[in-house]
Amino acid sequence: MHSHLFLLVLFALFVSLVFAVIARDDARGQIKLGGLMFAGFIASALVLGWLMYPFPL
Amino acid sequence: MRATAADETQSGALVLLCVAAWAIPGAGHLWLGRRNKGLVFLVALPLMFAIGLALRGRIFPFDLADPLVALAALADFGIGLSYFVAAALGYGTGDVRAVTYEYGNAFLIVAGLLNVLVVIDAYDVALGRK
Repeated sequence: MHSHLFLLVLFALFVSLVFAVIARDDARGQIKLGGLMFAGFIASALVLGWLMYPFPL
Repeated sequence: MRATAADETQSGALVLLCVAAWAIPGAGHLWLGRRNKGLVFLVALPLMFAIGLALRGRIFPFDLADPLVALAALADFGIGLSYFVAAALGYGTGDVRAVTYEYGNAFLIVAGLLNVLVVIDAYDVALGRK
């Protein structure tokens, strides 16, 4: 469990799951919202990661 | 205007519902008959908290001298009984040298905060707002 990408995906999965189940009552809506949020989390993390890549610590 | 006995009973039940929903993630929704939602919360949130502990995250103490630590402690506390069980069993001491330490903290803190949202959702359902 030392892969940062795996942990990021796991974290995004849990957060999207809980938010989707809170926000929507029907299974279809939950899957749609959860999927969108999950994809948004992953895409934004990857984009931000690459944007920060040129900057040294 | 004085509260009637029925109002007091209802508010007492609401408080009990919120305490149950906080103590055991998903218990509020299960109580209200939202079985699927309750089961998802019952599995997902304690699992997220356990993963945070496995990643060597820290259960922060209530140290008011350090406001950020106190806020993190408050967020950790949101997970309910798991907080006390983990502390009693000696988990959550945190290992700052572990490469996953910050991830562990993120899992622990966010699990607690999500459970607070779940409690608020159960409260809304009980009031008929949802």
